[in-house]
Amino acid sequence: MNDPVDVLIIGAGASGAAVAWSLADTKMHILCLDQGGWMNSSEYPSTGRDWEAKFYGDWSTSPNIRKRPEDYPINDDSSPIKVVNFNAIGGSTVIYTAHWPRLHPSDFKVKTLDGVADDWPIDYDALTPFFEENDRMMGVSGLSGDPRSPLTQPPMPQQPLGRSGAIIGKAMNKLGWHWWPSDTTVATMDYEGRARCINLGHCTPACAQGAKASTDITYWPHAIRAGVEVKTHCRVREILTNEHGMASGVVYYDKDGVEQFQPAEVVIIACNGVGTPRLLLNSASGRFPNGLANSSGLVGKNLMFHPYAQIYGFVKEPTDSNRAPPTCLWSKEFYDTDLSRGFVRGYGIQFGRGAGPVFEAVASEQKGLLPWGADHHSVFRKLNGHRIAVSAICEDLPEEHNRVTLDPVLKDGHGIPAPKVDYTISENSRKMMDHGLARGREILEAAGATDISVNDPILYGGWHLLGTARMGTDPARSVVNEWGRAHDVKNLFIVDGSVFVTSGGVNPTSTIQAVALYVADQMKQRLANLFD
Amino acid sequence: MSETNELTSAHRGDLRTIAAMIIPASDEYKVPGADDTAIQADMLATLGRDAALVRQALDHLARLAGKPLAELDPARRDAVAKEFRASGGAAAATLVRVVLQCYYRDDRVLRSLGLELRAPFPLGYTLEQGDWSLLDPVKASPPALRRAP
Repeated sequence: MNDPVDVLIIGAGASGAAVAWSLADTKMHILCLDQGGWMNSSEYPSTGRDWEAKFYGDWSTSPNIRKRPEDYPINDDSSPIKVVNFNAIGGSTVIYTAHWPRLHPSDFKVKTLDGVADDWPIDYDALTPFFEENDRMMGVSGLSGDPRSPLTQPPMPQQPLGRSGAIIGKAMNKLGWHWWPSDTTVATMDYEGRARCINLGHCTPACAQGAKASTDITYWPHAIRAGVEVKTHCRVREILTNEHGMASGVVYYDKDGVEQFQPAEVVIIACNGVGTPRLLLNSASGRFPNGLANSSGLVGKNLMFHPYAQIYGFVKEPTDSNRAPPTCLWSKEFYDTDLSRGFVRGYGIQFGRGAGPVFEAVASEQKGLLPWGADHHSVFRKLNGHRIAVSAICEDLPEEHNRVTLDPVLKDGHGIPAPKVDYTISENSRKMMDHGLARGREILEAAGATDISVNDPILYGGWHLLGTARMGTDPARSVVNEWGRAHDVKNLFIVDGSVFVTSGGVNPTSTIQAVALYVADQMKQRLANLFD
Repeated sequence: MSETNELTSAHRGDLRTIAAMIIPASDEYKVPGADDTAIQADMLATLGRDAALVRQALDHLARLAGKPLAELDPARRDAVAKEFRASGGAAAATLVRVVLQCYYRDDRVLRSLGLELRAPFPLGYTLEQGDWSLLDPVKASPPALRRAP
């Protein structure tokens, strides 16, 4: 048996890294187990001439396509949106787009404001210092002063507008609609050991330059220097409990596939909205027959994606295509509730600068835009380097039938039951997506774009995995309390996207990490009576 | 046996023929077709995890054609190709993607498109700053952040 640790963190991604770093100053013995390993930036796609092809295989965002040994399969056959993630130190921050909005203050009070879903048990103000701390740690670029977003103070200037940004900005001005340079975790200047962005363009499948913040190069070096221990290629099977109903530690398979038990005083789960309920459900026992921390029956339920409705077209002017970070601007024009639109809540808009030649050829051929035969060459030259895209990132509301359960058949490489996702796009989300597509078309037309096509929804767009172990004050209606501790197990904490009560209409990683830092801070303030 | 060698001679012949139908050579743009020897060699050498689906696609194509695709008359060949793309599902899509991803990294093709013959890293690219005065109207708009109670 391994020596007991004070704190065991499961998962070294966005939230696991943040909570580890924050707790390190307690000088407790902290161990993090992750099923993945350290990535090697010299092997990232943009270092090779086949950089685009890798996106369809070894560097696919889908674990079901990628199938690295570190991945686990996900049965998402019953979902129109497929789950995407990455399993390594840094987790999905290795392959995210680095778009960095945060939830708005109103997103924490949707019941009060709009009469739907539930209010969060915490508010924006409670997270404000942790948003700021996280922006410093991750290294954020952006422009302060957006009239429609929470005030941020990015430590680095915004990304250049570029050709694509200018085309989009002009179109938005023509329509009189809000737009603003995105906060991103792309370093626009040298920042705490990270080199500035040199526009490799292929940001999503990992940044070879290290300009894009992923927690393997931001939080983890600090946490490890402060004494946190990390064990790689260790896949946790289940959390065990003792006769007092407390977590006693975890069973995991080490890098050699050998079953191990790791005892711990405190267990923190940071596996996000699919991995976390999977682990809790796999931890069912005589004491917790429906899964650990599941007396509410809500573990795995209320799964929220952000359904992405994307519309794109081709302008006459050359765009930045693949020679720039893919995202650069956002719009909050349709973020807040306006019932005259036929739906409640709203969506953010995320603009895309363009694509590389292989992506363009493959995507356009699939859409029927790029013909076979003699016309192929002339049409390709009209399309390639001329794409701009508009994506509505729609706020999904929690619905219990959207859920993560355990697949009765599918298992991972260690024989652990795999997660199964059942998800349907709600009528409210559908109307929101239609609205976003209609407004997106107006934007593209204002930009002079032609050959307009849609991805509705983006099939491999399940980046944001939220709500499956929700936070709340009522143990009958939530899995963790207002500071992240499981209602049922007083030394078990959850710090990832699964604790979200609602989803907002923005990319969630900034807020996930702010919540993780907030929970860590709450734990530190209560160390003397953490289990009361 | 390597993945490359798992394509039979008949598979390779049909792959060459269908690739040329997708992207024929062009004198106007001074580019080879996707049936070019070097591009075909790239496809075979890098099939990797796509090999099984590409084989499946080529088997489907062979069933539709009834004989080597190259031996069909042009009208029949076009009809078979259309049917192949329409009915071939994920396997046909994978084959087409393999053709496109190898074609659009060939030096001659990239040169014709005015693209540099290199990986993005380590040189990267220059991104122009752009005209930030475009943002002035938005900056001048009143704050409109919905407040929470």
